[in-house]
This record gives sequence, C-alpha cells and structure tokens, in this order.
Amino acid sequence: MDHVIAARAQMGTSLAFHIVFAALGVGLPLLVFIADGLHLRTGNDAYGKLARSWAKGMAILFAVGAVSGTILSFELGLLWPTFMKYAGAIVGLPFSLEGFAFFIEAIFIGLYLYGRDRMSPRAHWLTALPIVISGPVSAGFVTLVNAWMQDPTGFRIDHGRVVDVQPLVAMFSKPWATEVVHTTLAAYVFSGFGAAAICAYALWRGDRRAQVVAGLRIAMTVALIAIPLQILSGDVSARFDAGDEPEKFAAMESRFVTGDRAPLTIGGIVEPDQHRDVGAIEIPLGLSFLVGGTPTTVVKGLDDFARADWPLVAATHYAFDSMVGCGSTLFVIALAWFAYTVRRKPLPKIAFPILAITGPLALIALEAGWSVTEFGRQPWIARGVLKTSDAATVAPGTDIAFYGFSLIYVLLGAVCWWLLRRIDRHPGAGDRLPAGASPAAT
Amino acid sequence: MTPVEGAGLVALLAVVLYAIFGGADFGGGVWDFLATGPRASDQRDAITHAIGPVWEANHVWLIFAVVVLFTCFPIAFADLSVGLFPPLTIALVGIVLRGAAFVFRNYAADEAQFAQTLTLIFGVSSLIAPFFLGDAAGSLASGRYAWLSPFALSIGLFGVVLCAQVAAVFLLSEVPSGPVHDDFRRRAIRVTLALWLAGLIPATIAFLSEPRLLAAFERPYVIAIVTVAMLAGILVMILAARGANNAPRYAVGLETIAILAAWFAAQAPDIVPGRYTYTDAASPTSTIVAFLVAVACGAVFLIPSLVLLFAIFKRPVPAPPPR
Repeated sequence: MDHVIAARAQMGTSLAFHIVFAALGVGLPLLVFIADGLHLRTGNDAYGKLARSWAKGMAILFAVGAVSGTILSFELGLLWPTFMKYAGAIVGLPFSLEGFAFFIEAIFIGLYLYGRDRMSPRAHWLTALPIVISGPVSAGFVTLVNAWMQDPTGFRIDHGRVVDVQPLVAMFSKPWATEVVHTTLAAYVFSGFGAAAICAYALWRGDRRAQVVAGLRIAMTVALIAIPLQILSGDVSARFDAGDEPEKFAAMESRFVTGDRAPLTIGGIVEPDQHRDVGAIEIPLGLSFLVGGTPTTVVKGLDDFARADWPLVAATHYAFDSMVGCGSTLFVIALAWFAYTVRRKPLPKIAFPILAITGPLALIALEAGWSVTEFGRQPWIARGVLKTSDAATVAPGTDIAFYGFSLIYVLLGAVCWWLLRRIDRHPGAGDRLPAGASPAAT
Repeated sequence: MTPVEGAGLVALLAVVLYAIFGGADFGGGVWDFLATGPRASDQRDAITHAIGPVWEANHVWLIFAVVVLFTCFPIAFADLSVGLFPPLTIALVGIVLRGAAFVFRNYAADEAQFAQTLTLIFGVSSLIAPFFLGDAAGSLASGRYAWLSPFALSIGLFGVVLCAQVAAVFLLSEVPSGPVHDDFRRRAIRVTLALWLAGLIPATIAFLSEPRLLAAFERPYVIAIVTVAMLAGILVMILAARGANNAPRYAVGLETIAILAAWFAAQAPDIVPGRYTYTDAASPTSTIVAFLVAVACGAVFLIPSLVLLFAIFKRPVPAPPPR
C-alpha cells in the first residue's frame, strides 16, 4: 500500500472510530446528569435506575474513547510528522488546553463512577457536573485545531522554519466559531438520538420498565432541542464555506460552473472528470437562494479552481447530502415525537421502530458531517500551506499498522456493543465493581 | 530560567508523573498477570479496586507528555515519531488493549470464560506497553533509533520491572493488612532486587557496545543522580522490610524521579541525542510562553481536582454501603 494512502486510511479509521466515543463523551454525561438530578428531586427510583444504567454505558464508552484518543495523539506524529513539525508550534496551545479539559473529565469520571458510596447523593450528583462541562470544552479545543487546518493563520514560514507564531490568532482562525458550535451540537444530537433509539428499541420489544420510558423522554428532549439548533448552525456553516472555502462548498453541492440562479443539486452520480453530476435532483434557484437569499446570488463553481486543488468532489458531495438528509429526517421525527408528547397522547406502536432508527441516522449524520470537513479540505492537510501527500510519514510498516489497528477497532467496537446490550438486558451487570468497597486509590 | 528550559522541565515532569502513576497502573496489570497461588483472585480484586477509579486520569499524563513534546519541541517530535514508529505503535496497541480489557472485564465479570480471556489480554498488554515504551526510550537514548538493539530491549525490560516495583509498593498502602497485603510486601522487596539486576543489564550492554552513551553517564552530576536512584531503591527495601506502608511509596517516587532525571541529564543539552538540542528543536518563544501560561492556568483546575480524586478514594468506605 502506498504510504500516503496507508497513513490516510489509518487516520481516517481512527477518527471515524474515535468520533463516536468522543461525541458520546460529550452528550452522555448530560443525560446522566439530568436523570440523576431528577432522581434526587423526585425520589422516583426509575430515574435512579436509568442514571445508573446510563452511567455504566458511559464508563465503557468513555474508556474506549480515552484509549482511542491516546492513539490519535500519537498518530498525529506517527502518521503526519511533517505536519506536526510545522503545526505543533502553532496549534499546540488548543491541544494543551484540551489536555487539561480531558484531564478534568477523566478525574471526575473516576469520582462519579466509583464514588457513589463515598459521598452524599447530592455531592455525588455534583461530581457529574464537571464532566458535563469539560466534555464539550475539550471537544471544542480539538475542533479549534481542525478549524485552523481549514484556515491556517497566525504564523509565517521563513527558510523552512515556522516564525512569528501568534498562538491566540492561530487558535481563533476564521471558521472557529461555526465549526465549534456545529461539532458540539452534533455530539448532543448523536447522544440524544442514540440513547433515545436504544430506549425506543427496548420499548418496541415490549420492555415497559419505567426507566426505559423515562430514558426515551429525557433523551428525546435533548435531541429535540439540539436538532433545530444544529440545522441552523449547519446553514451558517454552509454559508461561511460558500464565502471563505468556496472550493469545498462547490464540492459539497457538486457545483462545477460559476454563476447566479444556481440550482440545489441533490444526489446523482458525480463525475468530476466530466464536470457533471448525472441524474441529480435539481431544485431550480435553490442554491442561490440558500446562499444569498436571492436568485441572483452568484455561487462559485469548481471550474474557478485549478483541477489539482479540487477536493474529493464525489465523496464530499455524498457525505454532505447524507448529513443533510439524515439531519432533516431526524428533525421531522423529533417534531412528530414532540407533537404527541406535548399533547400527552400515547405514542402509536409504529413510533418505536421509527424512533429506533434515529440512532443509526444520527450516526450517519455525525460521520458524514466530519467527512465533509475532511474530504472537502483535500488535497490539503493545512489548506493552502501543506499538502496531505507531503505530510505523511516515510516510516516503513504503515500498512501493517493500518491493518492491525483496523482489526483492533473492529474487535473493540464489537465487544463494546455486546457489553452495552448486556447492560441493557441484565441490569445487574457490572454492579460488582463500582458499588463494591474499594479500599483506596493508587 | 529561559522558556525553553521551562518547557524542558515540564516535559520531564510529565514523563516522571506518567512513569509513577501510569507505571503503577501498568505494574498493576503485571501483577494481575502474575497473580498465582490460592490468593490469585484476591490479588486481582485488590488490584482492580486500587486502579479502577484512577487509571484513566493516570494515563492522561501520557497525552500530556505528547502534547508538551509536539507543542514545544515539534521538530524532535516529528523526528522521533518517524524513528520510533515501530516500538511506539506496538506500545499503543498495548495501551489500548489493556484499558479496554480492564473496563470490559469489570462489566462482564459474571461471564467466566470471557472474563478470563480479558484478564489474559489485560495482563499481556500490561507487559507489552511498558516494555515498548521503555524500548522507545532506550532507542532514543542510544541516539540511533535502533529499537531492536540489545540496549533498547534491555531498557524495555527495565521499564517493565520498574512498573511492577512501583505498583507493588503502591499496593502496600492500598490493600488493608492481611495475607494479600503480605504478598505485596514480599513482592515489593523482591522486585526491587530484580530492578537492581534489570538495571545492571543495560549498564553492561552500554559498557560493551554503547561508548557514547556510557560517556554521557560518566558526568559527575549524572553519576550523583544515578546514585540517588540506587540508594532510594535500597531505602524502598529497608522500609518495606520494616513494615512501613506509606513511606516506601515516597522512596519509590524519589527513585523513579532520579532514574528519569538521570536519563534527561545524561542527554542534555540534546533532546534527540546527536541530532537535536532542546534549543534546535524548540518552537518559537511566543508558543512556549503561551504554553507555559496555559499549563499554569490548567494547573489551577487540575491540582484541586486531582487532590479531590485521591482524597476521596483514600477515605475508607462507610459501612454498610448503601444500595
């Protein structure tokens, strides 16, 4: 395998795996915190059981997220040494801050999961609060690095060395706010629908325990708040791209020619070499309207850019359409759920399988959304400054490492899935440890 | 102190803290793997209880060390990432498998067969990770990135034994007195002797085949630091043999600090021996200053949180535990 391909494959696999756990690491603590808080307030044991069950899931998912995140911190150098050689000095600051935020998360995860018997219920509940806060904060710091990769700023290169570094300028590159908001909301969307889907699936199969009903309601409420905000933030992000990263935007929309009255192009078979998207659904004037609010808004097409600088057009377009498609579907489902719930009408039986597929849909939206950013930035690792192909490692053995890590991810994912299913079905699983009398800590 | 020196000290601090806390975790896995006799399962339980609440926090020190390196010394980070690709990749596999196996085991304890497999994975990967991290350190120190050289491999072995020692000593103050406690007291003494032997191997190899490295260790202050490490090891044995529970952990902490400080001091002023000094590899001053400020600000949140974590789990559990 070519070493650049091997490095990209391994980084892509690692991130695709890690992002699932990272997103749940942001969203699940909030769900646990809400359920535990409701238990404290109402004394209703269903909430207590729900909080404990979700906390077990959080323990497993957080651990896998922590170890896969450790892999990634090394992979930055192991796979992209040339990138880190230049970028380390520039984006080290947000990474360092992320390190501290993650540290706080890890500490309070330990306190929350193992400290139940060692403090008052209220104090125990409050140990979840730092996790709820530091989760999005650490994810936000990492996203700042990604934002910098789209718009590398805050430095100069002089004789092959990075000089005049302004760490704060680099940390807040142009896309920072749109990216951080969109990524953070994505974590809540995925966690909300993911948890709701598991509860809905259990209800569909006839498990009517009170904690499952409560779980569906809490998770769907979080999802219902997050999804419209996410669609708004997506609109802002897309318009930002149209202005500041037009080649990415053109790839997202598979737009080849520049001009006004641009239609919105959905799906189709993208043929970059023929400069066309065959069989796509076109909504006349749609794109011009979305970008500028008028049919006369000019939208830049890929033909304005050198062919060598084009992103991966087809992949970016499909990823974008998948994200938007799944996100819109989720919004509709959430609204329908709300319409029933607000009128206190019982959900019809068909609602449960529909709610159960929101989990996979949210997963696709999460992965596809991240893919848009990454495919859309190619061929650059740092846009306009360093090409991905020039940044990859030359160390031998990258292909073996790729196969090895892929195998590990498949195994970890499978065992994780199996364990989570078990916790769902055997509420006692794992009680032995966190509730046990642990003598003390190292 | 210049900013570069400050960053170098933070790097040493991160590595030391990882060696002590992460090392105790790895060592816990080593003893889990070596748990034998009628009390094997009690020993495993003691280890699980001791590291359960803290292992994730302990491993953040590794991420912290990586971040210090690529933020402040990115040129060295890039260079050693290429040169040490094989041992670091293998160590990563070990780190991932042990963390995952440890947590999975806790949530599948009632599936005997599965838990047994996970115990094996946890144990073996707890050997692999410190071995190859040690190997990476040894091949870096040799200045040749020769990760399969006898010297690098012997440092890998030394790393495993060091982790086992730190863990055995830490468990002395964690495990309430009883037969399991006595097991770890015996082990703490024996493994310290083993560490002495394991330390002689790289020393001998360096004497035979690594003249440059040997020369670096012949500087008076390096000899002084190595002597401190060896004396601290003797102190660990004396204190453990006399029945102390808490004091040995300070001695083992001093020993670990001295071992790593000796390595850093022997290499100075080089960060990658023979290739880059700290100054050559350093980021621009603005980056390093921003980083040091971030560390100071982060510490304001981190230190109280860590104190809380260790304080809470130091307290005995109120009995009976409420369900």
